[in-house]
Amino acid sequence: MTDTQEHDPAPRSTLLPPPKRWWGGIGPDERRWLSIAFVWCLILFSGMYIWMGIGDQQTPIESYRIDRDTFQAEAEEFMAAYAVGEEDGIPVVAPPPGEDVYLQASQFQFRPILELQRGHTYRLLVSSTDVQHGLSLQPVNLNFQVLPGYLYVIRLTPDELGEFSLVCNEYCGLGHHVMTGKIAVVD
Amino acid sequence: MATTVDPKPSEAPGLRKCAATGFLVDERGRQLALANAVAGVVLLALGGAMAVVIALQRQGLPVSDDWWYRLLASHGATMLLFWLLLFEVAALYWGSTMLLNTRMRVPRLAWGVFGAMLLGVALAQWAMLTGRATVMFTAYPPLEAHSLYYLGVLLFAGGALVAIGIFFANLVGAKRDGSYVGSLPLVVYGFMAAAVIGVYSLVTGAVAYGLLFAQSVGLLDSVDPATYRLFFWGIGHGAQQVNLAAMVAVWYALIAFTLGGRPVNEGLSRFAFLLYIAFIHLGAVHHLLVDPGLGTSHRIMNTSYLLYLAVLASLIHAFSIPAAIEVAQRERNRSRGLFGWLLRAPWREPGFSSLVLSLVWFGFIAGVTGVLMGTMQLNMLIHNTLFVVGHFHATVVSGTTLAFMGISYYLLPLLAGRRLVGATMARWQPYVFAGGVALLTLAMLLAGRLGVPRRVADLSYENAPVAVDMFATGQTPTVMVLVSVGALFAVIGGIMFVWVMVATLLKGERTDRPDTALLHAFGAQERERGASEEGGAAMLTGHDNGLSARWERFEAPGTYLIVLVFLAWFVAMYLLAHFNLAQTWPVG
Repeated sequence: MTDTQEHDPAPRSTLLPPPKRWWGGIGPDERRWLSIAFVWCLILFSGMYIWMGIGDQQTPIESYRIDRDTFQAEAEEFMAAYAVGEEDGIPVVAPPPGEDVYLQASQFQFRPILELQRGHTYRLLVSSTDVQHGLSLQPVNLNFQVLPGYLYVIRLTPDELGEFSLVCNEYCGLGHHVMTGKIAVVD
Repeated sequence: MATTVDPKPSEAPGLRKCAATGFLVDERGRQLALANAVAGVVLLALGGAMAVVIALQRQGLPVSDDWWYRLLASHGATMLLFWLLLFEVAALYWGSTMLLNTRMRVPRLAWGVFGAMLLGVALAQWAMLTGRATVMFTAYPPLEAHSLYYLGVLLFAGGALVAIGIFFANLVGAKRDGSYVGSLPLVVYGFMAAAVIGVYSLVTGAVAYGLLFAQSVGLLDSVDPATYRLFFWGIGHGAQQVNLAAMVAVWYALIAFTLGGRPVNEGLSRFAFLLYIAFIHLGAVHHLLVDPGLGTSHRIMNTSYLLYLAVLASLIHAFSIPAAIEVAQRERNRSRGLFGWLLRAPWREPGFSSLVLSLVWFGFIAGVTGVLMGTMQLNMLIHNTLFVVGHFHATVVSGTTLAFMGISYYLLPLLAGRRLVGATMARWQPYVFAGGVALLTLAMLLAGRLGVPRRVADLSYENAPVAVDMFATGQTPTVMVLVSVGALFAVIGGIMFVWVMVATLLKGERTDRPDTALLHAFGAQERERGASEEGGAAMLTGHDNGLSARWERFEAPGTYLIVLVFLAWFVAMYLLAHFNLAQTWPVG
């Protein structure tokens, strides 16, 4: 034992003031763990940039401010242009591949029902006409926040056939649990 | 002992010497800490009762959708804000007076703050339970609530802010009076980190709710939803960072209470708290990762706490806390081989079992899922699903709440001057509670992977215009049964805790020495002995550890292996999550 330790013993409780010199350097296992942990932190950090290079699934960042009425008018125009039918009072719309696709969230439905072609990339222009909503595409399990006054551009490439559900996963009022929508993917 | 002040009652008017700890106690500080803690536990009980209804509605209990949403809103605010912050105020008062042998500053103001916070709780509860504020804890505009709801939350948050100010006044006063020498005790230092984080959390929260209040009384036309979200998450997540720092401080306190241990390298633990203060607040932006309006660099720099330096802090604690346990056990020769110290640990001591269960679940489940959801691209798979709810039940329920329950078994007898009633109940309580929350959180995480949305009253969507039957069929109903069963077990554990607290407070035998084990935690024995032969960090040499020579060069070899296993789990979950991400539709 060194002199310091004999004359300045550490009180054995975290509830008491520490010895005068509480920085005793880092022990060998701490040094090893700290290095490993820091390297892991750097990997976690670079992981997001690496996925930007190698992954097909990226966080959409393209967004604009938009007036709610403007958005609603543009969405209605889009629905009128490409409507192919109606289900339960909600228009079914089949936009040509490459065309901008409007998806309007409002209390308590997603409009329109979309019919998309597999393998094509669509620009989904999403906004809300009233409160905040959550756009949740299931069972694909992709989830986005929808804000009134903001246009969020989500580039989506459906790569499987079938009918997919939209549910709202941001609490939007007492009808939150009836807010749904649909995307059908066809060949 | 050179490093601890021997309290001299004659120099400290109004203070009495505590027979249990040998520390000086200010009666006013004691009463304030007790009152805040009791109010917190009452609200915990209320929030638990709501949890029962919320969970059973999923299994067919007839509750109207309206009431389900009201209870969900109130459950969130009651647990995330009211219970935890009131208990934290109690911990701040306790740490800044009794642990520092100093008097409580401005006690009258502190009582006023307590009254204001309770008034705030009452206003907010009134508004939520009468259906005037069914906007959830997040209160996102343009949803609107009664102005008294916003005022209630503002009163509560403002009160907590002043309470933090009083905490700092106590610290400064104690330093000036010389009631302790050298640095703050580690536990108080941790509370101080929580308090600093609390300041910027509560200030941003006051801005967010202040904007909504101004709008609700007609001072503002509208509040921009994106701006609100940025400010709101300053407190929405910031308050959870306060809980994190306070919980880690409580973990260190529980080591002292149950083992008399301290970290191998206290400096490193303090450094980790500093990293929290500097970086943890950035992470709040992970709530905005799939929002319109933010750029990539903004998202990545913030959600990664700038190179994950706050995660690094947690990884430091993840090592130093088990290492402190291991070293304390080895010093007492309660160890054979690599893991004998765990086998011979005081598992019947509620403070110890709470500490370990809280630490393990916080690390393996809460921490890892938190980093996954905070990874920019992975967030698309998780945002607003029940996975998020599973994550934060793992952090604040199995983590913070369990740690706070654990320390209550030592604090309440001390603060109330009564012997603990129901020691057997207390012994089992952490296991029941942790078991229930473990089931609850795992089931919620699983449900989130199945895509189950959060805050939805009816997963069958039977009244929806466009039918969605995927949550009424398949695996989801079974998983939701597990959520409910887990919730019920957790509530049983909660009732056991509240029963012990109430029984001790009302029926416990009055005593000034509630527990002799406390003497050790507060160093009273060392003071009496003059600490001549024990103490010092490097006590390993000369003890028979039953370790082979290979491990001799490690201070805490068992812990070293445990953290490597933890890291392997972390890496595996990270890779699995990216595998899941790669399976989904191309998006960008």
